[in-house]
Amino acid sequence: MLRENNYYLGVDVGSVSTNLVLLDEREQAAKTLYLRTMGRPMQTIQEGLRMLRSEFPQAHIAGVGTTGSARQLAATLLGADVVKNEITAHAVAASRLHPGVQTILEIGGQDSKIICLRDGVVVDFAMNTVCAAGTGSFLDQQAARLGIPIEEFGPTAVRAEHPVRIAGRCSVFAESDMIHKQQLGHSLPDILAGLCQAMVRNYLNNVGKNKEIISPILFQGGVAANPGIRRAFEQELGQEVIVPEHFAVMGALGAAYLAQEKLTSQGGSGAGSRFRGLQLAETTFQAGSFECSGCANRCEVVEIFQDGQILARWGDRCGKWSAENQAAAHCARAAEQTIRA
Amino acid sequence: MKVTFPHMGNAWIVIQALFEALDVEVVVPPPSGKGTLNLGTKLAPESACLPLKINLGNYIEAAAKGADTIVITGGSGPCRFGFYGESERQILADAGYDFEVVILEPPGGSLWGLARRIRYLAGSRNSWARIVRAVRFAYEKSVVLDQVEDLIHQARPRFSDAAGAEKLYAIARQHLIESASYESLHRVPVRLAQNIRDSQGDANGSGGKEPLRIGIVGEIYTILEPFASLDVEQQLGALGAEVDRSIYLSGWVGQHIFRGLAQGYRPLRVYSRLAKPYLEHMVGGHGLETVGAAVSFARRGFDGILQLLPLGCMPEIVAAGILPRIQADFSIPIMTLTLDEHTGRAGLQTRLEAFVDLLERRKSGRLKRGSVLSVAGK
Repeated sequence: MLRENNYYLGVDVGSVSTNLVLLDEREQAAKTLYLRTMGRPMQTIQEGLRMLRSEFPQAHIAGVGTTGSARQLAATLLGADVVKNEITAHAVAASRLHPGVQTILEIGGQDSKIICLRDGVVVDFAMNTVCAAGTGSFLDQQAARLGIPIEEFGPTAVRAEHPVRIAGRCSVFAESDMIHKQQLGHSLPDILAGLCQAMVRNYLNNVGKNKEIISPILFQGGVAANPGIRRAFEQELGQEVIVPEHFAVMGALGAAYLAQEKLTSQGGSGAGSRFRGLQLAETTFQAGSFECSGCANRCEVVEIFQDGQILARWGDRCGKWSAENQAAAHCARAAEQTIRA
Repeated sequence: MKVTFPHMGNAWIVIQALFEALDVEVVVPPPSGKGTLNLGTKLAPESACLPLKINLGNYIEAAAKGADTIVITGGSGPCRFGFYGESERQILADAGYDFEVVILEPPGGSLWGLARRIRYLAGSRNSWARIVRAVRFAYEKSVVLDQVEDLIHQARPRFSDAAGAEKLYAIARQHLIESASYESLHRVPVRLAQNIRDSQGDANGSGGKEPLRIGIVGEIYTILEPFASLDVEQQLGALGAEVDRSIYLSGWVGQHIFRGLAQGYRPLRVYSRLAKPYLEHMVGGHGLETVGAAVSFARRGFDGILQLLPLGCMPEIVAAGILPRIQADFSIPIMTLTLDEHTGRAGLQTRLEAFVDLLERRKSGRLKRGSVLSVAGK
């Protein structure tokens, strides 16, 4: 049974961007939002909710999934039904949109990953460990240094005739090498295209090491917006690289699919979503932290407050503080109901 | 003389028992933590391996409690550990710490030299018979310790409340510390198993289904010291996976200190035979054991294998180069985690969650299209 105004919300809170996706009952993305996190994840989530609320005032959120490096924070704020790591979320979205996909290249703000699927099952993955060269933040930085908007980075690179070779092992040295090439008089498109190739070489040598890259290959994450990187991948791999329609919000989309799957598998008769409502956009969240002195571990415990009341704590290794979360969430819910009543 | 030693997981329980049985005053360093690592990192060369940095921190924290003598085992072969004792002595001397360092190894192959060092530590009041008795009891304690850890590995994924298993673990460790006779020692795992069974009533973490089984292989210190591995065993347990390790303390003691005269709870001897098709020679550290254990776990039908590689560990780098062949030959997923003092918990958590998802989806079988996306994990 299809219900109008019934949506599943997927939220992916990453280092650089916070993405929200509203999935309708026909499994189509009714709305996608790509917002800059700017180091303020809670406010950014609230801003996203505000935007959704004004555009979809009648929306009924039937389920919520969160992912990304701040998935736990987002889950606490929203009352999520599913909390998933970004690797699984990306794989889920890609295999929904392209059921035969065998390789996913994903480059985000500060991390990059590769996921290998065979017969629709994730069989291998890797994530960058010690180095962030070639991720979105670095490209952002270089675009700013060259005085071009990041949106023009790729299109400019694609115009290159003779890409220059740039040392891409380390982002700091890549930058000095680029400056050197500029001072030699190479054209901007050639330098940008060279940078794209260096980034792709670095990605394939680090993240893609020992991985079998077979087509169909999907390229997603914010950096997939850059046609220069896409072309460099195609040249290096000698295969077609597909950029899916919602490449920038695939994590959020995956989280929304997972939420939908979880709630529909409960047969609709289940307890329903734990979502705490779009009106969350209007409350005040605060975060704090303290060092627990209970033992030698000295854990840094994070506290989240909603309108001055404790909502959740985490970061403790022993569970002393996080065990109180359910009780705290219960109190917050009870308080909300009293206010509404 | 106040003796101290570096931490390695629960090994302190055994070492403390040994010295106390010989009436040697012993200072157990405070548990390894962030502070320990900060102290060690200041003194150690940046490129030194992680265990050396934590060791140094342990000594300095022990010095504050009055320790003046360090006991550490030695070794030979292409692993830096064999040179830890001497380098640590020099680093500490340069930093102004006046420690006596006793390295328990046969210097130049001389057993007489080893005996003299043991005699130095034990003093003249202990007869050789008493020393042998104390060593045998301490060894037995290490075997029981391994049984306790193994029981906890099995219990963790079966508890609905992650803190429940940790509580029983802490109780068992306390029993182990207190036991002073073989009889009370052997009661420890029996009591723990009983406690686990008693709390199974409210322990439905795995929801009745069999948990995933993940084999942990890699460098010994990182495997045994939860602070170095960022509690990887505990985290996997909380994600619903039962872990087993390539190396337990008593197996290492038997092989490394007793030169194979004792085999310990999990003998290491089998690994070189299992590793043979991939690696025919020791490469230092436990590289050979890592390869052999990976084959062993794969043959025993484990769902996945996790290698712990402290950054820059040569033997484990050699092994990491071989593991992809084992992954292909046995079609078992293997993930390598590189760890050092800069490793963040968040990144590790993401990888562990994704690895567990991957294993669960494989285990739930080839599902029909569409249901492939059934929500993995909890």
